[in-house]
Amino acid sequence: MVQASKLQTMFTDMVTARYYEERLQEEYLEGKQPAFDISAGPIPGELHLAAGHEASATGVCQHLRDDDTVTAPHRPHHIAIAKGVDLNRMTAEIFGRETGLSKGKGGHMHLFDPEVNFACSGIIAEGCPPAVGAGLAAKKRNEDSVAVAFIGEGAVSQGAFLESLNLASVQDLPVVFVIEDNDWAISMPKDRVTDVADASQRAGGFDMPGERVDSDDATAVYDAAKEAVGRARDGNGPTLLEVQVHRRMGHFMGDPESYRPEEDSAAAKNRDSIERLASELRAAGIEDEEIDELRENAHDRVDSAIEWAKDQPQPDPEDAYGDVFVGPESGVTTTETTHELAGDTRAGGDD
Amino acid sequence: MAQQDSAQAIDRELTMSRAMVEAIADEMRADEEVFYMGEDVADYGGIFDSTQGLLEEFGHDRIMDVPISETAYIGAAVGAAQAGMRPIAELMFVDFFGVGMDQIYNQMAKNTYMSGASVNVPMVLTTAVGGTYNDAAQHSQTLYGTFAHLPGMKVVVPSTAYDAKGLMHNAIRDDDPVVYMFHKRLMGIGWMPAPDGPKTPVPEEEYTIPFGSADVKREGEDVTVVTLGLHVHRAIEAAEDLAEDGIDAEVVDLRTLVPLDTETILESVAKTGRLVVVDEDYRSYGVTSEIVARVAEEDLASLEAVSRLAVPDVPIPYARPLENEVIPATEDIKDAVRSIGS
Ligand SMILES: Cc1ncc(C[n+]2csc(CCOP(=O)(O)OP(=O)(O)O)c2C)c(N)n1
Repeated sequence: MVQASKLQTMFTDMVTARYYEERLQEEYLEGKQPAFDISAGPIPGELHLAAGHEASATGVCQHLRDDDTVTAPHRPHHIAIAKGVDLNRMTAEIFGRETGLSKGKGGHMHLFDPEVNFACSGIIAEGCPPAVGAGLAAKKRNEDSVAVAFIGEGAVSQGAFLESLNLASVQDLPVVFVIEDNDWAISMPKDRVTDVADASQRAGGFDMPGERVDSDDATAVYDAAKEAVGRARDGNGPTLLEVQVHRRMGHFMGDPESYRPEEDSAAAKNRDSIERLASELRAAGIEDEEIDELRENAHDRVDSAIEWAKDQPQPDPEDAYGDVFVGPESGVTTTETTHELAGDTRAGGDD
Repeated sequence: MAQQDSAQAIDRELTMSRAMVEAIADEMRADEEVFYMGEDVADYGGIFDSTQGLLEEFGHDRIMDVPISETAYIGAAVGAAQAGMRPIAELMFVDFFGVGMDQIYNQMAKNTYMSGASVNVPMVLTTAVGGTYNDAAQHSQTLYGTFAHLPGMKVVVPSTAYDAKGLMHNAIRDDDPVVYMFHKRLMGIGWMPAPDGPKTPVPEEEYTIPFGSADVKREGEDVTVVTLGLHVHRAIEAAEDLAEDGIDAEVVDLRTLVPLDTETILESVAKTGRLVVVDEDYRSYGVTSEIVARVAEEDLASLEAVSRLAVPDVPIPYARPLENEVIPATEDIKDAVRSIGS
């Protein structure tokens, strides 16, 4: 049984993430009407929203501390929210503002919040090796922090993922790999690109525990993740966890989804993990009023983050040139000491 | 009309993506051994319309969706090509090259040479390049210089529908590996409006354009602007504006980086004496440096003034003001031309 307070936290994460995506969708589409132009409007560029993925992020991140590392893929918002990334600064980043997490340099696929050890990458599966590295650092330093790499099911055929499983396994590293299986990799259904329907089976090839949570049920994810994260924290090595989630929106905003059967979209919308959790809250004795309040507070937080973000200044064009390195280009020194080397004729000495 | 031409001028206009696809379809009809592999190339028709409509005619066996495994499927194209087939493999964004780069530059590009040409690799690697739509550092690069730097692959960068078709026919028929880099902004995709220019009349019949033949897209007397891809259109726009100030710029579209048509550039510079090179790739160790170096080596005497314009050596930033700062704009080209006088 998951404690009522945990259920409430998970519910809050999930409604925050869901509403966040709905609001970003609205903001994103503004200025892109009537003809959709990807570079127009207050949020330009690609935007991958995660409505339908919330249960996996919150169920896993409940077990994480700020010093645990999370890497997320191109669809990162729900994970960032569950990990406790600064919502205002994340939103400002998505709007390309100076006070954004990366001063407007990164954008929505490249969110970094070192305060809570969160990072993402837009290249499929490439967040896995850095998560292994975070686990390696923890092990070397004898710390009990863990690392979690989130990926989509489309990433399980990628070398960076498979190589990471092996490295984490052979080194017994405190890493949990979480596959969010939403059945689609853009337009490619899973069975077109792999013969293995349950990707947690890939763990077997690396002598690592693998488990699949077959429904996007936050408490089931919570339970599975408790074991996986616990195993990592106790120094008992990595786990591969796959979670069934659903893609309620297009792959990215503007995706016509003409490849997707109507019934599949409809089914994704009907399986609502948020409603499922709400009924668990009720079953745990939490009143409807309280549930509504959680929802309203979450919405207010999102609305005010968006409002704050839109009020923030645009970056100065000159800022484009900074931040390539953190230190001086010359390295730790600007001078070169002289050494007398045998056979060196540069000094002009004659002895 | 003053006279009746024997052949009627072609007025059928196509977007660059339609022209590319037409060439691919023609080649696939003519040769069973041509097939296309990539992510989202079947039902989706290519994220950037690179395979629109091909699935309907050729089916999933020849228009193949593949796992997100760039190393495996690009490498599989190398192997199929060495077995004598003519695969086309698509890397969705050139930025993802890192994932499959060994197959590209240690296998595809070198097997011919390492085998003393006893092996050859007749494949095409198509890939989308370019920014201008705020997709940030991992999805906006052109990487022209990276591919052109490594020996063993031909590198094609079309800027118009007409060129795209003729270059694609030549690419698929080539017995050597060709990297075909199409700029997203030029494809004529509904959701990413193209500038005026890439949509051109395109003959229905097949035709080939030789690699290593740059095209003078605008003739001029005062200054030579050498460029490629999207920036051909920005350079032409700049030239039209400069003409109002009495500066007559010649715009040379490289069309291919490997082989490089140094001849056409030299002829132009011999005439104008002034050279501006414009590139959407990084500035250092890249296309701009190469062009300037070649002209300096071959005809230093003609070179009165030089300027190069490219992405300063920073990753492509996300926010609009930052991206606009680093990707050369039409105004920047005009400034560069003016800065070297005329
Ligand atoms: C190496 C690499 N190849 C291709 C892409 C393009 N791409 C972006 S998202 C995506 C599909 C990913 O599917 P999945 O991992 O299932 O995650 P989902 O988008 O469904 O959440 C692809 C192919 C990429 N970003 N990186």
